Amino acid sequence: MKKLLSLAMAGMLAFSVAACGSNDTPAANDTNAAPEGTTTEGTDNAADGAVIKVGGIGPTTGDASVYGLAVKNAAELAVEEINAAGGINGVPIEFRFEDDAHDATTSVNAYNTLKDWGMQMLMGTVTSDPCIAVVAKSAEDNMFQLTPSGSAVESIAQPNAFRVCFSDPNQGAASAQYIGENKLAQKVMVIYDSSSSYSQGIYETFAKEASQQGLEVNAEQFNDNKTDFTVQLQKAKEDGADLIFLPIYYTEASIILKQAADMGLETKFFGCDGLDGILAVENFDTSLAEGVMLLTPFAADADDAATKSFVSTYQSKYGDIPNQFAADAYDAMYIIKAAAEKAGITPDMSASDICEAMKTAMTEIQVDGLTGAGITWSADGEPTKAPKAVVISDGAYTAM
Amino acid sequence: MSFVSYLLNGISLGSVYAIIALGYTMVYGIAKMLNFAHGDVIMIGSYVVFVAVNRTGLPVPVSILLSAAVCTILGVVIERVAYKPLRHASKLAVLITAIGVSYFLQNVALLIFGADTKAFSSVVSMKPIQLADGQLNISGETIVTVAACIVIMVCLMAFIKYSKAGHAMLAVSEDGGAAQLMGINVNGTIALTFAIGSALAAVAGVLLCSTYPSLTPYTGAMPGIKAFVAAVFGGIGSIPGAFIGGILLGVIEILGKAYISSQLADAIVFSVLIIVLVVKPTGLLGKQIQEKV
Repeated sequence: MKKLLSLAMAGMLAFSVAACGSNDTPAANDTNAAPEGTTTEGTDNAADGAVIKVGGIGPTTGDASVYGLAVKNAAELAVEEINAAGGINGVPIEFRFEDDAHDATTSVNAYNTLKDWGMQMLMGTVTSDPCIAVVAKSAEDNMFQLTPSGSAVESIAQPNAFRVCFSDPNQGAASAQYIGENKLAQKVMVIYDSSSSYSQGIYETFAKEASQQGLEVNAEQFNDNKTDFTVQLQKAKEDGADLIFLPIYYTEASIILKQAADMGLETKFFGCDGLDGILAVENFDTSLAEGVMLLTPFAADADDAATKSFVSTYQSKYGDIPNQFAADAYDAMYIIKAAAEKAGITPDMSASDICEAMKTAMTEIQVDGLTGAGITWSADGEPTKAPKAVVISDGAYTAM
Repeated sequence: MSFVSYLLNGISLGSVYAIIALGYTMVYGIAKMLNFAHGDVIMIGSYVVFVAVNRTGLPVPVSILLSAAVCTILGVVIERVAYKPLRHASKLAVLITAIGVSYFLQNVALLIFGADTKAFSSVVSMKPIQLADGQLNISGETIVTVAACIVIMVCLMAFIKYSKAGHAMLAVSEDGGAAQLMGINVNGTIALTFAIGSALAAVAGVLLCSTYPSLTPYTGAMPGIKAFVAAVFGGIGSIPGAFIGGILLGVIEILGKAYISSQLADAIVFSVLIIVLVVKPTGLLGKQIQEKV
């Protein structure tokens, strides 16, 4: 028995070593190939297989995997389209996505793996907390980083990092302004996830802005128990809140809506981009979400041609309706393409040179994407675009 | 009035913990191992019901029976493949294997059903009971869960007390070696325990997801751990202990959230575990077993 076990262990060890080896070899070959190709051929890079290597990091397993998978799928879709249309100035993009399971340590390891592979730009990471860890590393290496959806302030604290989505403070303040200016409520109860920097970040600026708007704000938190919200809702009932603000993700929100309905609670609900996707939850009773308002940059059933073609291609390829994260990632690839073309990026440039050129180019470009028209960036990495408020009526997102 | 309302919510949450804890405590009582994969068997059971009801349109009772059958087979297979070869290995090895099985099941579910949340439609059609002019609201799910919990507890206790297989379980739990010498099929008895425990997991899964209607591959993980705390609290190995521990834990969690801090609710729950282990390691109803030298 013991012999068998040790044999099996030895076998596994050998296998894993072999697996590492096979990963390393092409990477090493590619990094050698790129400069050679460009020195001899100069302009016609595509012919000798030179590519611009873009890495991606996000959770494809674990309880945030729905976001990571959406980003991975949409980014791969965008890369295919870009390459089919001739790539970046004629050079195709090679895209590789690594899983970080929504964990900061794993994310840094994924970043190192991608660096060994020869990554020249990073599209990631998907979630805020790992992004904060990775951006510290990428800043040291001066690696250009564009996060599709890392919305915490610190996610792009370094000069090499930019983002596609709104920042948390931006969303919190915009929500409070919207509620105040449209006189949606006087007493607001916030239910937020104190274990998530996304939720906490929105709540903090929301509370600040709401008090300036003359709203009365109470807040209740949750962390590990993401299934029972009866206490928080009961408190909202006692306080006589006429609006519940939910700066959280839709998984929890769908339970909150159900429990609120069971308790006979009749308040308005208002959320941020995290609520986007709630209607796509399989078997969800959409009548529960009737009248829920949210600020989101992307609605899958919007009428414009770009959204329609993206949604239908994505759906036929992956079988799901894309959420906002998918749209952010799709935009991110096109933003990288726009900035790289502006900056004149070539495959032989080092990651650090690319980063310097991209940093300048990002502030000069203007991109019409799925998540906003005429998006521009400031040097600190924040996008400028207008948030859209939508309300759910008859089981669909409708502009307000 | 709000206190009563919190109390009712606590009992509702606690009854879900209790029904999961019954599965934990049974397996521990007989096989002397913590089946950390129990929460994930629950998750698989819920997915089976979800698929049966929403994708193939089977009636609810048939779906639950199907789910119980799938979970039973799954439980027995897990026991045979992952735990039986380790029967004489150290406790730690079995524990680590159980955690491995737990991750394995989560990732299998992730592969098959995807990461996105599914909204589980409640199988309970009972209307909520309203008391005191709608101030208090007892949901149908709470009533069914508490009732199911009590029925299952009574049935289990009767089964152990009066049936031959139940006697065999008792014997194995007291002394596996001696039981074998008396002609009891120890492996068969342990397999039977896993079968019953896993069938219970199917029922627990349906009730968990009816009360908290969202289903992901990680649905079973946190309630599973809380139910483990409940089982230890009530005295692991004791069937009524699991019930009492579960209900108390649910009430402690909700009241702690309501009156102390919503942020510290989970800290409170797990400090209960620490306090119990320090003050009364056998739990509320646990038996003090003398170690023979």
